[in-house]
Amino acid sequence: MATELPVLTSQDFASDQDVRWCPGCGDYSILAQMKKIMPSLGVPPEKIVFVSGIGCSSRFPYYMNTYGIHGIHGRAPAIATGLKIARPDLHVWVITGDGDALSIGGNHLMHAIRRNVDLNIVMFNNRIYGLTKGQYSPTSPLGKITKSTPMGSVDFPLHPLSIAIGCEATFVARSVDVHIQHLGETLRRAAEHRGTSFVEVYQNCNVFNDGAWEYAADKKMRDDNILELEHGKPLIFGKGRNKGIRLNGTTPEIVELGSGIKEDDLLFHDEKAEEPTHAYLLSRMRHPQFPEPIGVFRAVQRPTYENELNRQVDAAREKRGEGDLAALFQIGDTWTVE
Amino acid sequence: MSTTTQPEASSGGKQIIQLEGATVRLAGDSGDGMQLAGMQLTNTSALAGNDIATFPDFPAEIRAPKGTLAGVSGFQLHFAADDIYTPGDRLNALVAMNPAALKTNLEDLEPNGILIVNEDAFDGKSLKLAHYDENPLENGNLEERFRLIRVKMTKLTRDAVAEQGLSVKEADRCRNFFAMGLLYWLYSRSLDPTLRFIDAKFAKMPDIAEANRRALRAGYNYGETTEAFVYTYHIDPARLPAGTYNNVTGNQAMAWGMVAAAKLSNKDLFLGSYPITPASDILHELSRYKNYGVRTFQAEDEIAAIGSAIGAAFGGAMATTTSSGPGICLKSEAMGLAMILELPLLIINIQRGGPSTGLPTKTEQADLLQVMYGRNGESPLPVVAARSPADCFDVVQEAWRIATRFMVPVIVLSDGYIANGSEPWRIPNTSELKKIPIEHPGPLDNGDVFKPYLRNERLARPWALPGTPGLMHRIGGLEKQDVTGNVSYDPLNHQHMVNTRAQKVANIADDIPLQEVAGPEQGDLLVLSWGGTYGACTTATQRCRAEGISVAHAHLRYLNPFPRNLEKILRSYKKVLVPELNLGQLQMMIRSKFLIDAQGLNKVQGKPFSVIEVMEKIRKLTA
Ligand SMILES: Cc1ncc(C[n+]2csc(CCOP(=O)(O)OP(=O)(O)O)c2C)c(N)n1
Ligand code: SF4
Ligand SMILES: [Mg+2]
Repeated sequence: MATELPVLTSQDFASDQDVRWCPGCGDYSILAQMKKIMPSLGVPPEKIVFVSGIGCSSRFPYYMNTYGIHGIHGRAPAIATGLKIARPDLHVWVITGDGDALSIGGNHLMHAIRRNVDLNIVMFNNRIYGLTKGQYSPTSPLGKITKSTPMGSVDFPLHPLSIAIGCEATFVARSVDVHIQHLGETLRRAAEHRGTSFVEVYQNCNVFNDGAWEYAADKKMRDDNILELEHGKPLIFGKGRNKGIRLNGTTPEIVELGSGIKEDDLLFHDEKAEEPTHAYLLSRMRHPQFPEPIGVFRAVQRPTYENELNRQVDAAREKRGEGDLAALFQIGDTWTVE
Repeated sequence: MSTTTQPEASSGGKQIIQLEGATVRLAGDSGDGMQLAGMQLTNTSALAGNDIATFPDFPAEIRAPKGTLAGVSGFQLHFAADDIYTPGDRLNALVAMNPAALKTNLEDLEPNGILIVNEDAFDGKSLKLAHYDENPLENGNLEERFRLIRVKMTKLTRDAVAEQGLSVKEADRCRNFFAMGLLYWLYSRSLDPTLRFIDAKFAKMPDIAEANRRALRAGYNYGETTEAFVYTYHIDPARLPAGTYNNVTGNQAMAWGMVAAAKLSNKDLFLGSYPITPASDILHELSRYKNYGVRTFQAEDEIAAIGSAIGAAFGGAMATTTSSGPGICLKSEAMGLAMILELPLLIINIQRGGPSTGLPTKTEQADLLQVMYGRNGESPLPVVAARSPADCFDVVQEAWRIATRFMVPVIVLSDGYIANGSEPWRIPNTSELKKIPIEHPGPLDNGDVFKPYLRNERLARPWALPGTPGLMHRIGGLEKQDVTGNVSYDPLNHQHMVNTRAQKVANIADDIPLQEVAGPEQGDLLVLSWGGTYGACTTATQRCRAEGISVAHAHLRYLNPFPRNLEKILRSYKKVLVPELNLGQLQMMIRSKFLIDAQGLNKVQGKPFSVIEVMEKIRKLTA
């Protein structure tokens, strides 16, 4: 084994392929942050695999100088699960879109999360089908006018993080494409978590859904519309950091600090809460009624699927010895013909 | 078929008749334990040294309403002193546990065959459920046509287990052991294997164990003491090649073959699967072999099952997925992905009656065109098919050899008949098994960019494993440039890649044995078969040749590509007959590929061919 690890830079993680997203697409920023945090993880590129489905977002693996599989629509979590079971030594990322993860791939997403396979799933949420040129997605708001909904969509959107929490996720986080520092830090946290990490990234599709996240991305608006979560800290937001979230019974409400309300009266963030109620409540806070939380909602420890499975394999070997073909063929009653 | 000799000795006042073989069917309600009884009789006969072939036949419902025609479950066993290939056409003996079982099975019993019925079950209600207007045991008809033996099985069983203090329901559950005991006596079998089975199976329930033992002995003793039986039968051990044997079902042999292939290629076995009849038993079997490094993953659906296998294959495992027709439909997009990724992978299809949910527990061979052509784009995949339960062991190893030598997913076809049927399997010495060598490229540290689609002389690309420094590469479902693997939309490159992938699969023909033919090298008729029809076609062609008919038999293991000499063989006969349990799928492939006017013999009744059906067609075509 090498005694000295070469110092890697973000450039070492860039593949030789031209990036082909539309100019101005939010995907560029996510790619840049991913490459940037990679050296800090201390994992050599050959130990990393990016697996994706289909969509603009799912082209991501081609641009990383790691191992990668560009799969089929919605199935990346399944492919990644098999890979991780066979090769627990690898660091496996799943890159997916809102359609890929939540429409066609909803089933696989749900089961990867509940099994707690050690994957880092990053969902690029642009609230639209980008690659197929602009149909509404499961996260498009009600009434959204798109190519396939000229009179506005009539199906209710879902909240990706609520779904993930409902699937017993052990790590749930959210960030925004243009908040590069926050995004990088969130990806790093996801990478460090053992078990399935689910990260939703608000991503701008400037061609088919420009400005969908303007309230959260725009420098002038964002302070009032997003709330950065910090473990153990009260929920405070606003340009002057003068507003907070307080619980009224089991319902959150916005309050002004001062005028009799102290920080101690506010809801404190606890990402380690065993019960997911707190994280779920945060995931339900939506614009424009509430500031939308970003950061780590939930980070708890639970055994990972591949660990438990491989433990059974080890236990079986310990108990019965390494399997021997000759013994296998003798299972049951045998007889001999002279 | 059973040839009888004259009664030669006597035992307990009964004469012993020496038989070449016998075909016996146990039929009863789904809850009557007929499958268990059949398996025990099979195992016992195998241990007695007979050659065996079995045909379990059960309804799709776990417990269809009691006593109904729909709920009848049967198990047929052919045991013989000779080489046999099928579970037998006509029954020499039938055990009917209730009126519904009698009704649905009687027509298969040979004239003057042995008919054992549980007469206690022929009450008004059961007769009505079986749609009998009158009790068939009462009108004398059955006595005329068969050797009817009426046994008060329910009462005798209850009496036998009276001391165990079981409930009536529990006591009645022992009736299958009574029936077994009776058959063991009738065919001079030892009780020991089943007594051992009872010890092991009911170790934690001593009362039930004892009751079953008593019921078994009661059945045996009943045969010996009752006046109803005049003869008992004896079947000599078969003249099988020397060796140690095990009795295997197709699914078991498949599972063992998979474990063997993994060991022989120095790989850990990964199975991604979603339960479906009749494939689930492979998942069950393999999940017990974790100490062999086997990892089974019960996925959320068949798409995830093959998806996980693709991931495992990329990671370097021996990746496999098992299913049946409906699941193969779901897998088809991912099969295309595996094909264009050029990763080795086994897709095992245990066919059942279709279309849609079809006949889940019955057999059919109607997925051949699906696996050949059921994917978008030009997506040829190699296809191999097992011919019998024991053959699954060899076929799956051969499939893995092809998959790794050519870097291609391989489809393995079996069917419900093979999967649940069983036969003696000579246990190979592990040194007889062929190693499956696999190479992975080593690290690249000279700064060169790795070329994941640089091909060898077979057109196979390298299997580079994640974790290897310097070999980082991306593969995907988009068309890729040859050699570099980079995404390419170039028209000529696409043509080149489509041609190359097809040529690679075609090249497998140079890597597989030539097709063998049984019978004359040229003549009037060639019977060309594949899959589970092997036994019926073998026996039918052997018998027709004995009748002086000029007929040969070629049984295909390799369906894509075909063996190199197949066309020459086909052209050596005046006619070609393709018997299939579908509407003519291999027939269509033969016609379209060779422009040969192959005839079909087609049946889709959820049942295998009988030997007679094939013989009649041969006689007709050669008349
Ligand atoms: C089986 C299948 N169905 C449909 C498509 C077409 N398709 C490709 S991407 C896509 C939606 C992608 O949306 P999303 O996941 O949000 O990704 P984005 O392009 O927005 O990043 C669809 C419907 C496909 N490739 N495969
Ligand atoms: S269509 Fe939208 S999501 Fe896709 S690359 Fe262009 S801007 Fe990005
Ligand atoms: Mg999208």
